[in-house]
Amino acid sequence: MTRRMAIAVLCVGGLFVSAYLWMFKLGLMGTIACGGGGCVTVQLSPYSRFLGLDVALIGLLGYLVMLWLALVSLRPRFAAGGWPVRWLALLSGGAFLFSLYLWYIELFVIHAICRWCVASSVFITLVFVLAVLEARRPRQGSA
Amino acid sequence: MNRFYTLIAVLVAVGIGLLLFLMNRSSSPAIPVQVAVTAADTAGFQGYVLGSETAPVTITEYADYQCPACQSFEMVEFPYVKERLIQTGKVRFIYRDFPLDQPHRWARLAAHSAACASDQNKFWEQHEAIYRTQGEWSPSGDAGAIFRNLARQGGLDLAAYDECMRSLKYAGRIQASLDEGVRVGVSATPSLRIGDRLYAGVQPYDKVKAVVDSLIAAGGAAPTP
Repeated sequence: MTRRMAIAVLCVGGLFVSAYLWMFKLGLMGTIACGGGGCVTVQLSPYSRFLGLDVALIGLLGYLVMLWLALVSLRPRFAAGGWPVRWLALLSGGAFLFSLYLWYIELFVIHAICRWCVASSVFITLVFVLAVLEARRPRQGSA
Repeated sequence: MNRFYTLIAVLVAVGIGLLLFLMNRSSSPAIPVQVAVTAADTAGFQGYVLGSETAPVTITEYADYQCPACQSFEMVEFPYVKERLIQTGKVRFIYRDFPLDQPHRWARLAAHSAACASDQNKFWEQHEAIYRTQGEWSPSGDAGAIFRNLARQGGLDLAAYDECMRSLKYAGRIQASLDEGVRVGVSATPSLRIGDRLYAGVQPYDKVKAVVDSLIAAGGAAPTP
């Protein structure tokens, strides 16, 4: 499995974690499986919305776009790199910084940890690392 | 490469399956039936009240959120009662829970949801929303999720609502209302106690008004405790 394939698999994981959290916010999930009250506290806090949107929805859309980019980057014409890889590194970098902000909010403002959010931040960190490695990879045939 | 796309497709299918499983898994708390009623359950509580304390006539409704006839009264007749009798100061209206557990398995949970909304002064909003959406949650496998969504739409603090629902703190109050209904002779829902008389079934507004007017003409009537 190549790095880009690994990125696609990680994005699928992040996609479903975000979808689960967003469906909880919509009231479609009843209670949330969390092993503690942290997820409910975090998901129902004012910080679960950002710029008028549910953070989980932002995550879901972000993973969807990154999954699409990862799949596009697998096409032979982008084997040497190209815009899908650059956009992947850029988007996952932004998402990684956003996850750091969410970590700060959970630890120092809300004082509660949401395990599903931790899972998502692990996914995005790995996506970011792999995307940067892929973007920095020397292109075949380049001078 | 094809094997990789197959892997992605399998992962997506498993993810969708898991989400559907979690959605359909009933997560509604079970409200205990025949719970022991303590003094704290009823202290200072005589039902959910609308209208002036000095109104000459008191109407007490005993109803079950899952009963279609109760929904009919709530949606069709009650708006007139509210506008023309309660808001004009003629009637003080009291709503009391009378959940019929068989066959209405969600009746107590609905009553508890409305009770938790009352903690945030949103009882009547949640009450109306629960009746309005009865056709949606009544056949559902997880009515609690729908009540929670109604609470969210109604602007309730969901953390407080969830805590209230988890604690089941109004189970005793609901049982006490049911016990009181039995004590005054309620045998069907909805039942209206107007003055000292009990009227079973859906009462049209015109009839309610006629009874209220006759009681006012006779000097008013509050029910005997």
